[in-house]
Amino acid sequence: MEYFNLTGTQKDLLREIGNIGAGNAATSMAKLTNRKINMQVPSVNILDFDQMMEMIGGPEELVVALLFQINGEVPGTVYFILKVEEAEMLVRNLTDNHDFSLTDNHSVNEVTLSALQEIGNIVTGSYLTALSDFTNINMQPSVPHLSIDMAGAVLTMGIIELSQVSDYAIIIDTKIESSNLEDGIHGNFFFVPHPEALSKLFTALGISEHL
Amino acid sequence: MKNSNQTVIRVGIADLKFVKAPDTIRTLGLGSCVGVVVYDDTKRIAGLAHVLLPDSSHTKQTNLNAFKYADTAIPILVDELVRNGASKLRLKAKIAGGAQMFQFTSNSDTMRIGARNVDMVKEMLKGFEIPIVSSDVGGNSGRTIEFDPITSELKIRKVRSDEYVI
Repeated sequence: MEYFNLTGTQKDLLREIGNIGAGNAATSMAKLTNRKINMQVPSVNILDFDQMMEMIGGPEELVVALLFQINGEVPGTVYFILKVEEAEMLVRNLTDNHDFSLTDNHSVNEVTLSALQEIGNIVTGSYLTALSDFTNINMQPSVPHLSIDMAGAVLTMGIIELSQVSDYAIIIDTKIESSNLEDGIHGNFFFVPHPEALSKLFTALGISEHL
Repeated sequence: MKNSNQTVIRVGIADLKFVKAPDTIRTLGLGSCVGVVVYDDTKRIAGLAHVLLPDSSHTKQTNLNAFKYADTAIPILVDELVRNGASKLRLKAKIAGGAQMFQFTSNSDTMRIGARNVDMVKEMLKGFEIPIVSSDVGGNSGRTIEFDPITSELKIRKVRSDEYVI
């Protein structure tokens, strides 16, 4: 099934899936940080690989990326991406270490890194649970893999499988932000399903591939 | 100092382009991908491929993007350079990239993609008898690279280190 042939209905469906997942994730994040968290209506985009990098500020943009491999009936990759300052703010909030900085080697230690991974775990876990409940499809996330580096470098890992069959990726993007814009958290979810996973998703939802 | 009539040619992912002095050529955010520069330092021309995957033979795609794979991109680099006046005997290469961005515990082929890309690039260059003058591969950091056909220098930038030249 080629990506560009997605119908309006199928796109709406993927957008709705993103919505449900993000709603859950926002709730978890609000509990975690004790802040009011808003969710932005996600977009579903079919992008080539260069456009995908541009979406988060270009291939050289420094990002904190948590990658989860999804196993089960609908394999794929989920990224939870934060800007460096946002990740720092989250960690400061959680660990009460107010001087924490990701660029300062002295304050980066096992505890803070594991706090970051745990944030990713909770938020991504609730995202996937929502998807899984809605579609009745079993999705098992891997442990979180953390990388703080250039967007281009970290995002290509998620498209290796996909790139063997396509030059485009479906990105179900979801933004979660804190209502207080001054110290906003603005996490981006990227759900990149493997190509064979899409038809399974649509079938599970009772939508035929050829609408 | 950048000359005002000097352009930087930008190469995307799974992309390939050529450059002629005084312009330079650059690709951003190489992770497991490999940046392959093949150049003729007398003619001052070069080609840069941003290779995503090692081998096109397993692809299920019907009209494949030849720039995406090491085994199809490198022959294009060589042919086009020769067609534009480079001497096959003078061709040299510099390569960078092939990092492992995430420390996966499993050792599947997908996880080792950086190393596999580097292996295939080396094998292809060897097949064309093109010497690799210098390389900066592996590790776990992303790289931005820029090649200058006048000096044959390949500038490398990483997030947590100063810019250096190979």
